Amino acid sequence: MGARLKHKRDYYAGALIMLFGLVAAAKGPGYGTGTLMRMGPGYMPTVLGVILILLGLSIAGTALVTPATEDEQLLPDNPQWLGWLCILAGPILFIILGNFFGLLPATFACVFVAALGDKSSTIKGSLILAAGVSAFGVLLFSYVLQISMPVLTWRGL
Amino acid sequence: MIWTALTDLWYGFGVALEPHNIMWCFVGVLVGNMVGVLPGMGPLATISILLPLTFAMKPVGAILMLAGVMYGAQYGGAICSILLNLPCHPPHAVTCLDGFPLTKQGKGGTALSVTVLASFVGASWGITEMIFLSPVLVKVAMQFGAAEICSLMLLGLLAGSTLARGSPIKGVAMTVFGLLLGIVGTDVNSGAMRFTFDLMQLDDGIELIALALGLFGIAEFMNSINQIAVGETKYSKVRLRDMRPSKADLKLSFFPMIRGTIIGSLCALIPGTGPTIASFVSYAAEKKISRTPERFGTGALEGVACPEASTHSSVQGDFIPTMSLGIPGDSVMALLLGALMIQGIVPGPQLISEHPDIFWGLVASFWIGNILLVLLNVPLIGVWVKLLTIPYKYLYPSALFFVCIGVYAANNDMFQVGETVVIGVLGYVLLRLGFHPAPILLGFVLGPRFEENFRRALLLSRGDLMTFIDRPISAVFIALCVLLIGIQVFARLRAFGRKPPPPGAPAVGRAVAAEPIRMGD
Repeated sequence: MGARLKHKRDYYAGALIMLFGLVAAAKGPGYGTGTLMRMGPGYMPTVLGVILILLGLSIAGTALVTPATEDEQLLPDNPQWLGWLCILAGPILFIILGNFFGLLPATFACVFVAALGDKSSTIKGSLILAAGVSAFGVLLFSYVLQISMPVLTWRGL
Repeated sequence: MIWTALTDLWYGFGVALEPHNIMWCFVGVLVGNMVGVLPGMGPLATISILLPLTFAMKPVGAILMLAGVMYGAQYGGAICSILLNLPCHPPHAVTCLDGFPLTKQGKGGTALSVTVLASFVGASWGITEMIFLSPVLVKVAMQFGAAEICSLMLLGLLAGSTLARGSPIKGVAMTVFGLLLGIVGTDVNSGAMRFTFDLMQLDDGIELIALALGLFGIAEFMNSINQIAVGETKYSKVRLRDMRPSKADLKLSFFPMIRGTIIGSLCALIPGTGPTIASFVSYAAEKKISRTPERFGTGALEGVACPEASTHSSVQGDFIPTMSLGIPGDSVMALLLGALMIQGIVPGPQLISEHPDIFWGLVASFWIGNILLVLLNVPLIGVWVKLLTIPYKYLYPSALFFVCIGVYAANNDMFQVGETVVIGVLGYVLLRLGFHPAPILLGFVLGPRFEENFRRALLLSRGDLMTFIDRPISAVFIALCVLLIGIQVFARLRAFGRKPPPPGAPAVGRAVAAEPIRMGD
């Protein structure tokens, strides 16, 4: 994949920055801007928001006049959807399982799922890695550093 | 003055040689060295993972360890680039140019030992500079009022973002975005909740660890999964016996080392120009003054010694503005400063007098750490070479676990793990759009202090913005800011008329020739 964008990448970059700026500039005045001498909590965010909008405009503006470069696509040459999904699923599983079942299942699931994201990984290899990291993690964090998360628990669903 | 500096240093050694401090220093450089060798792991991610562990430690031990990770990684990165031709960390990209050809010729051991030596020389000079320059800087900075601090921060932020890698406008945009992220949470002056989006967990602001691990952990993993090249290990068998450099080698690399050191320490004094720029500039300079420039790129020992010395002298030199003024030059320094702030220590010119144990202990630990690194790197080279072969597919899942548990353990809050994931996705999107997320951290760490000083300066001047120009010291900083922007705009306009370089040109060579100043981290 890695299809070329219809427009230059910097248009999107500029638009994103403008979006950030708009959010700040729109919400900022609601906190009370005050005067230059006695600034309210909304002063700084509003100013920064306006600066961001201007920066976003100039990023998109420079893209207008500069020639297209080789790297104009949003996705890399070979997008790693599975890899990205696995990397994000790891921490999310860690949150869910950690909340309900404790450190051990959370660690195991996190490492196992994340490891599956690599192209050359196997189920067996990932299982072994997850088991190893879980053992090490529980030993280090529960017994040596004594964090407050239970190793194994059942809080129901 | 020299005498006070030396007595202070003596005191610092007393602090750094306390058993637990020396232990943390050792742990730091060991972990740093290991991470530097492992392809795909950077010092930023490592420091952020270790950050939660330091909450329970005393501030001195914490900062010694985190700083140790940072310069330890520089040593390790050199091994990776010389033996495998993989520039794991940007400053070592030039070391590959001559380091790997040397390895192919079977002289990898010599290159490594010269690197260790050059690193030690560069670092030693950087530390000496820190000992004598920091007190002077502090004396000047003590006179600063809110307006001066504010303009100085502005200069630091601008330099950090425009001189870094990539487009300057995008760098500034990232810094401003970082400043905005720093605003999230309860306003200290009025108690107003800003940008919390009614989430109670955001009342205390975005967590530094979540931000750092999202940007440099999760976003980095997403960027490198299935992309890390497997290095060629067929040349990388190095034994201790190969490590002894001959007299001719030492003679050849002595002056390049000195020159590299000087260039590195000059680069360190300019805020925003980190080790990467130092190494590129020194390589280009060394090639220029060499009588045999054609040897560069085919295995010239000078091409290894000079950039390595300059990298290390600039790494140590970067600590000067960070510790004495409280203005970090790059994102690693911002993270270290953030670590100090979590410990309840206010960075700024008063740091050295209020916490002499931290400052002088840190300086002394640099010597100890660098000696430890020489000891670690020479006899144990075989172990590091073995580490090079650990595949990325085992590394990133384990690292991901450490990211999760680290963020959780910081506050015992699962919400922050989710925060990290969101920031990670955002960081990856920004990366793909051609932004370098490192300046976000710079803005984030400096943001609250910048706002506070800005408010105070304008309160004192009764709302008159001219205060920043009326006060002479502040005016100098503002003038430097304008100059910085002017140079960037000028360079832009000049490059505008020119044709873009042919796509076939070698990336590194092009960077050295056309835009040495943009290649930073």
